[in-house]
Amino acid sequence: MKKNNIQFQFPKAVKTPDRFRNPISKYTIRRNARCVSCGLCSELCPYGVHPRYDDYAKPLRPLDYKCIGFKCKENDFFCIDRCPEQALTLRRNPILDTLGDYRWTAEMLIGHWEMAETGNLPVVDLEYSLGNSGGGFDKIRFKIPNPDDYLNLPDTDMDTSVTLNKRGDGRPVRINAIPCYGGGMSYGSTALSVMISRAQAATLLNTLTCTGEGGYPDELIPYADHVITQIATGLFGVREETILHAPMVEFKYAQGAKPGLGGHLLGDKVTPEVAAMRETVVGNALFSPFPFHSVYSVEDHKKHVDWVKEINPKALVSVKVSTPTDVDMVAVGSYYAGAHVVHLDGSYGGTGAAPDIAKKNIAMPIEYAIPKVHNFLKEEGVRDKVCLIASGGIRNAMDVAKAIALGADGVVIGTAELVALECVRCGHCESGRGCARGIATTDHELGKIITQEWATQRIVNMYIAWRKQWCEILRQYGLKSIRELVGRSDLLVHLDYLDEEERSKYQPAPQAELII
Amino acid sequence: MPEKYHIPIKTAEPRHNTIGKYAIIEFREDCAGSCRECVKKKCIYGIFKENYMHLSTMNEPEYLYACHSCFRCVQECTKGIFSRVVNPEYRTLGNDYWKPDIIYKLWYQAHTGKVPVSGSGYRGPFVAAGFDSMWTDMSEIVRPTRDGIHGREYINTCFELSRRVSPLKFGDDMSLVSDVPPILENPIPLMLRLPDAFLSNKQIIISSAKAAQGLDTLLLLRPEDFSDALLPYARNLVPRLNGDNIMDHEDLILKSRAVELAFDSNIQETVRKVRDIKYDLVLIIGIPLDKNAASRAVELTHFDVDTLLFYADENGNELNAEHPRFLKEMIREVHLNLVNNFIRQKINLVFSGGIAMAEHMAKAIICGADGVIVDIPLLIALECRVCHRCRNGLSCPAKIDGKFDSEWGSQRMINLMGAWHNQLIEVMGAMGIREARRLRGEVGRSMWFEDLEMESFGPIFGKRKIAGLK
Repeated sequence: MKKNNIQFQFPKAVKTPDRFRNPISKYTIRRNARCVSCGLCSELCPYGVHPRYDDYAKPLRPLDYKCIGFKCKENDFFCIDRCPEQALTLRRNPILDTLGDYRWTAEMLIGHWEMAETGNLPVVDLEYSLGNSGGGFDKIRFKIPNPDDYLNLPDTDMDTSVTLNKRGDGRPVRINAIPCYGGGMSYGSTALSVMISRAQAATLLNTLTCTGEGGYPDELIPYADHVITQIATGLFGVREETILHAPMVEFKYAQGAKPGLGGHLLGDKVTPEVAAMRETVVGNALFSPFPFHSVYSVEDHKKHVDWVKEINPKALVSVKVSTPTDVDMVAVGSYYAGAHVVHLDGSYGGTGAAPDIAKKNIAMPIEYAIPKVHNFLKEEGVRDKVCLIASGGIRNAMDVAKAIALGADGVVIGTAELVALECVRCGHCESGRGCARGIATTDHELGKIITQEWATQRIVNMYIAWRKQWCEILRQYGLKSIRELVGRSDLLVHLDYLDEEERSKYQPAPQAELII
Repeated sequence: MPEKYHIPIKTAEPRHNTIGKYAIIEFREDCAGSCRECVKKKCIYGIFKENYMHLSTMNEPEYLYACHSCFRCVQECTKGIFSRVVNPEYRTLGNDYWKPDIIYKLWYQAHTGKVPVSGSGYRGPFVAAGFDSMWTDMSEIVRPTRDGIHGREYINTCFELSRRVSPLKFGDDMSLVSDVPPILENPIPLMLRLPDAFLSNKQIIISSAKAAQGLDTLLLLRPEDFSDALLPYARNLVPRLNGDNIMDHEDLILKSRAVELAFDSNIQETVRKVRDIKYDLVLIIGIPLDKNAASRAVELTHFDVDTLLFYADENGNELNAEHPRFLKEMIREVHLNLVNNFIRQKINLVFSGGIAMAEHMAKAIICGADGVIVDIPLLIALECRVCHRCRNGLSCPAKIDGKFDSEWGSQRMINLMGAWHNQLIEVMGAMGIREARRLRGEVGRSMWFEDLEMESFGPIFGKRKIAGLK
């Protein structure tokens, strides 16, 4: 079976529950002392909020993360109203005030945890497609579709693939089955189990993931056909064999979260294994300089690209750049230097460690960069020859679709994959033992709280859920392939550019003052 | 090798428990009591310390606000007895401009002297009012400085307070014949000033003076704040005088390298009098940042003065205006007015009010300032909560109205400014700018919300129907 287009058989979603005893939920259900354990709630609830065992009659704590909340009130099985003892109470979980931020709201996090668990879109009323940032993707909407355009096709007949090599240069064409691939996260920034599971998920989904700048552990070799080798300015872990393994090699010129600053791995995370892989000293902070000190012109850059192409005649070359004012010129220059993929990393992207001043203040958000580059490549007459990939602040399936409609061919996803593994975005990935949740850590004990199988399935599940959203968008506009969505900015509206009456037809941008 | 500018950073512990963002709530009545899986013992940050012992032996739980937000205790407790709320005390910090998050991060920098670094991406709004509606640019591949992070020690952050003579004239033997006024340079583009409407006492003043000396910058002080205790720091002090009191403070003028004179209708006469007392003095004119600021800047540049210091309100807003503009726009107006009159190079511009974070300093310079004044952050370094109780004559919750070690106070201020200096270098490095002087007015190294919207979204969505940021 061909693995690279709509005939690709996507893996099945497998239920992969939360690792922790008490999942964080939007609603809380409390059972008080009036409960007589009659079992009615358990019989009534089709969502399984009230577990009960046949041979154990006492009431158990409700599984409130399964509760659909106040919208259940209209159902005749609404446990709160039906409880004969009035022993149940339903509330919005106050802990939501302390979870999430303007970009990744609490509901978006919980929604993605649910998608990662089930492979389906959440049944709870969660706003998982819009953040609270008040701009960019959060104010862009797809136009209200014309019902006559609806394409009545099943998901299996919808094409969500993206072609990475459009140059026609004799190198592999390389088609990913979904318009996303995994962003670079180095050995050292994340736990090994996370790194391997991302590669395994990429293999199952017929897409790619990226080593980041920290070497190529042997455990990745079974998935080598789906692992990008990243060459960044410190050249950590870059060897001839790791370039030979790779279907695509990514030159990282800059990272959106810290453009112009190079890489940074704090000393606490440089364990003996990490140091050995990077050929450095244990416990010493590692800096990747900025920029490549061998590249000060497009001609220098071309030498780099040629060097990789010479080493691996089958590899594609991606150039990852940040989003300065002249990002359009950089993109065209990269194309003429021989890049197959131009990867723009916007300023609100993720990172394992970055100065806060850099995350917020340097370079432009990806929403601005995509149309700027897309249009410039069109004007230069090379848009059809290069694959334009966007990243940096693309959080959910709708953001992906909006990025594509703005002009990207596909996107790179980093944070959302970690959210699927129950990242809470606490921001403490960078030092000490690293992530307390075992995701972005090199600590042996913490790294073991994630198993590879669990993590792989969670990531697969999330993308399967996302694909359902993409397919529905495509159907609404009568499109059969996500490639037809590329550059269709005519299908988008921005709330700030609409008259009041027109704006009222669309979902308003969420607004709340948050403590972050 | 020339000596490098170095800020002596040293950890200075806070005197009070830091007010954390989140409070852990523990419904102890539901605790199993002797659970072997107690999550308090497992907390990887150790915030519970001894507080997992029997209830009767537990201390007052000061750990509550040290939570690192990993949620593991909430999610793993066998009885589900943990929850979290936003610390209500945290919400009371500061005001709409001096937000709790800003104050919290300033405390961290004053404590450690380190640049705040964190994992995961940016967490804030897409764009916001004030300085948050502009981004600094960066050089992707071609960098004028060719330095990168390892060349950061070569980035020069000096700014000048003394006027320039242009063009210089030379004699036949190539000796300088121009009358060159004294040169006064600051190695860091900021000066210190204690905010007027806040608490002030001897310890605070001495701490600030010591900090100015440690940073090799200047502290602007009211004449009544001078005392013999400040003599060791005289080189770094600038008296703030006006036309009415200059003759009363002749001694201060004679001891100082620079003097600030408050703007009034007789400013020209006041300048002449001060010059008569000490000719080679750097003169700074303090001017309200109001609708007349730009025209006054042009007028005063033709006088015999060195630096214009504009005062916005403490939140960076234009003074005396019904719809005040923010500092960013005001700096642009003043700077561009001088540029358009071809006299920008003759004068130095310093702006005061609303400079709350390191990025504000960098962005103010991009807008056209030579330097900025740091005021309220000096008190925040001393653990001030910007609660304004002192304005009403009430006691200070951070106890800076009482005695404290001025060595500690100055170190906290030095740490904070050291962290700002490092952050300025970070963004300058990213921009490929090697000198703060070259960053001045260099809007080409910045991106503005309105421009980006028009350029990227205009062709797609047409005309923007909502003005401003909503």
